[in-house]
Amino acid sequence: MKRLMSGNAALGEAAILSGCTCYFGYPITPQNELTEYMAKRMPESGGVFIQSESEIAAINMVLGASVAGARAMTSSSSPGMSLKQEGISYLAADELPAVIVNMVRGGPGMGNISPAQSDYLQATRGGGHGDYRTIVLAPSSVQELVDIVPLAFDLADAYRNPVIILGDGMLGQMMEPVDFSDIKKPKDYPKDYILTGAENRPSRMVRSLLFDTKEEEEHNWKLYRKFQRIEANEVRCETFMTDDAEIVVVAYGIAARIAKGAIKRLRQENIKAGLLRPITLWPFPSKNIVELARYVNDFFVFEMSTGQMIEDVKLALSGRGHVNFYGRPGGVIPTPIELARIVSRHYYQTQKVKRQ
Amino acid sequence: MLIKTVFSGFGGQGVLSMGFTMANAAMLEGRYVTYLPSYGVEVRGGTANCTVVVSDEEIASPVASEPEFVVAMNQPSFVRFQSILQSGGLLCVNSSLVNTSSARGDIEILAVPTSELAEKLGQIKVANMVMLGAFIKASNIVSFDFLVEHLAEILGEGKSKLIKLNRDALELGYNFIKE
Repeated sequence: MKRLMSGNAALGEAAILSGCTCYFGYPITPQNELTEYMAKRMPESGGVFIQSESEIAAINMVLGASVAGARAMTSSSSPGMSLKQEGISYLAADELPAVIVNMVRGGPGMGNISPAQSDYLQATRGGGHGDYRTIVLAPSSVQELVDIVPLAFDLADAYRNPVIILGDGMLGQMMEPVDFSDIKKPKDYPKDYILTGAENRPSRMVRSLLFDTKEEEEHNWKLYRKFQRIEANEVRCETFMTDDAEIVVVAYGIAARIAKGAIKRLRQENIKAGLLRPITLWPFPSKNIVELARYVNDFFVFEMSTGQMIEDVKLALSGRGHVNFYGRPGGVIPTPIELARIVSRHYYQTQKVKRQ
Repeated sequence: MLIKTVFSGFGGQGVLSMGFTMANAAMLEGRYVTYLPSYGVEVRGGTANCTVVVSDEEIASPVASEPEFVVAMNQPSFVRFQSILQSGGLLCVNSSLVNTSSARGDIEILAVPTSELAEKLGQIKVANMVMLGAFIKASNIVSFDFLVEHLAEILGEGKSKLIKLNRDALELGYNFIKE
């Protein structure tokens, strides 16, 4: 049965159904409803809910719960995510699973509380200090948010790495019909690293302090090999009307929805536009873009920022094709009509240049 | 067919629950629907609003730049949202509180004295449901009979005692609008 739920609340329910037993949060708009939902539902489902004294405390509680073997989650929005970065770096160094939700708002600094996509680079480049990556998942509807939560927990456990769910204020706030019936009971991940008391077994240690440079180097290469495995196996993306496309819009999350609306309009004008929507922002679907570049020369990156994902698109194409950009930073929500006009103008200008 | 509606008024007038009720009905009818509440910085006694988009296909954006319908329960909302209404769009106003003398010439105005009507039921709190009944009659976005039939499901368990009152209010508003 479908229920009309906000992204924040739906995410909370999906987390509980995915076996999340520990949630630690600190309030910040626009993700407050998630903390509120967990405050109510966690005790009912037998889990642990703590409203921490700060974002930094929350991420370190996640680390503690994860080291003890629990499926742990925390959530915040942009300024709060900056505070969590130290903890995320430690999670990555200690190879501990965790799910961290960022309902992005306008920035930098305190910014505002409107939806934005300006934390892309922070999320996909690790965010904290040291040589590490986080898996970044970017849903574009409330239903996809629900579908992606069990995946986030599974990836975190499978690779023993923090996973970021990168949403935005709108995804958190808006309500859409959702169905939870596809969420299955999580499978068991053997955890031979957790600290459960060393009775009848040798003691274990979870730490990131490695004074011996050789040891630290080896640890770094080990993490690197893991990240390569993730890059090889976990890329996810969606394409829409790319089969005969002459121009491909690249957009993720809520911007991809707006882009889809724009593409439908462009098709009515007989402009052959298509969409590539990365679902995993890291690992980035570079190969899928290169594949498209065999037939398409014109790429149009659309983001609710001044241009962050465009770097990954350019890296993927390594000089092939033309990469154009349209962005609205600061919490402005562009409309499908607006994007359709921009892409259409660009299309006719390039046609004109070709004729000359 | 994609229809965008903005529900607006004072915080406390039940503006968000109007939108939520209609969105829920649309969902149960099997349509695509999004509901986006305003969560911006507002002052006490200021305006609250939400946008409901109902469609037969996937919805690109839950934001309504040019809605087909606006429901304005107070004067500030009337002033703010009549300017974004599509030309030829319908503006349902709570005429108990709103003076429509400054209305645009290219839109249709439907005046519903919600407070007076709700007082007939002895409960001014359901003025929002009176308005919703009238709005559904005028806009035809969701089926009124379907909504009334599924009211218990839509309002949820906590409101089971209030189903009759809400149904009466919806019907009062619905019947207020003449063919």
